[in-house]
Amino acid sequence: MTAPLTTTPGLGPVILSPGPPIDPARSGGGFVVELESFSGPLDLLLHLLREEQIEIADIPIARIADQFLSAIHELGLNQAADYLEMASRLVRLKAQMLLPRNADAEQWEDPRAELVRRLLEYQQIREISHWMAGAAERRSLRLARGYLPPAPEVPPPPLVLDLQDLLAAVERVISAMLHPVLHRVVARPLDVEGATRTLTELLAEREEFPWTAALPARPTISDVLSVLLALLELARRGSCALLQPAAFGPLLIRRESTLPAT
Amino acid sequence: MNPLCQLLEAALFAASRPIPAEELVTLDPDAGFDDIRAALDELREHYDFGNHGVELVEIAGGYQILSRPAFAAAIERAQLSLRPPRLTPAMMETLAVIAYRQPVGRAEIEEIRGVSASGVLRSLQERGLIEVTGRSEGLGRPLLYGTTPLFLELLGLQDLQNLPRTEELAIALQPPTPEAVGPDDAEAYVPADR
Repeated sequence: MTAPLTTTPGLGPVILSPGPPIDPARSGGGFVVELESFSGPLDLLLHLLREEQIEIADIPIARIADQFLSAIHELGLNQAADYLEMASRLVRLKAQMLLPRNADAEQWEDPRAELVRRLLEYQQIREISHWMAGAAERRSLRLARGYLPPAPEVPPPPLVLDLQDLLAAVERVISAMLHPVLHRVVARPLDVEGATRTLTELLAEREEFPWTAALPARPTISDVLSVLLALLELARRGSCALLQPAAFGPLLIRRESTLPAT
Repeated sequence: MNPLCQLLEAALFAASRPIPAEELVTLDPDAGFDDIRAALDELREHYDFGNHGVELVEIAGGYQILSRPAFAAAIERAQLSLRPPRLTPAMMETLAVIAYRQPVGRAEIEEIRGVSASGVLRSLQERGLIEVTGRSEGLGRPLLYGTTPLFLELLGLQDLQNLPRTEELAIALQPPTPEAVGPDDAEAYVPADR
């Protein structure tokens, strides 16, 4: 019962094997099942019974079993596990019906009873599904307002926090930690603004100057970094040009345009 | 039309799904269930007796304004709206089993239909017509399936009670009568079998 028998009558051949469709001519009709009008072995069986005008409760098993076998052979269904299972069931029933039994045995259980029950059950489901198809058809004639696609996912609204809440949340997180390790964060003593001011003044005075001119007499690393950042920023704004006349030579700063009013 | 009736018409027009009465009540804090029901009746009569192209329909446990069937063909021809694609007979049969037996597991569906059901179950689930409603206590705790409100909407039913009752069907689901399959009758067919 594991064959992926997707019964889609009226939709043409159904491929029972994964992978590309197999040319029936080349593969001997192996895996392509034409399920023109049957949605399963019970459906096929009911069809045979209707054709023969046989009462479900009184199935001549031997005849129907033979017809079923030849039908699934004709339909090329003999690869479909579901149909094969039913075929084997019918053959077994046929054998059971042929077994001799005592004429006076009151306890004889008709081996067909289970099949009859399944057929009746299936026939009822068929009837219901026809009714449902009709209901769906009637319903589809009434149109609702046009289809609305689901609303696009909106990003969540920006968080609105006040400082007190934030601090309280931090307190909660810290108090939940077993061994809180608290770091002191020291602001870097860079003075980019001061360096910018110095450079701007120098640029106002001189057309061109070496960059060391912006440094104090005994510069610290912070002083150098501050001047460097300020220089880069000023160059980005187009206030000055950075020149290096010779390889590894000293950096020159040249006034590029009239300085902005600021 | 009274103001409440107008409000309901506007709300049902704006909604894209059937709206249950419980939700319609929230539209007007002063209106109770009886007021809503009376206004819905008035709206329905307004559409019916005023020869409107739409009607008020009770469907899937709610109310919806739908166009009348007479205009479906013309609307579709003009490609102004699309009908939902038809379900295959295999899908319908599977839905029928689930609708009547829910919650029901895959094994029972396969037993009744005589074919494997996993593919059909998956496509029905993808279409939102069935859903997993739980797990059976049986071996392997298999998934149990049930129908969704969308299933009712698809068939235009108000609730599951609107499905035909099994005793109303031509073939009642009964065990075969003892006479029909008794040993005597069966005996009569044995020669024919040979």
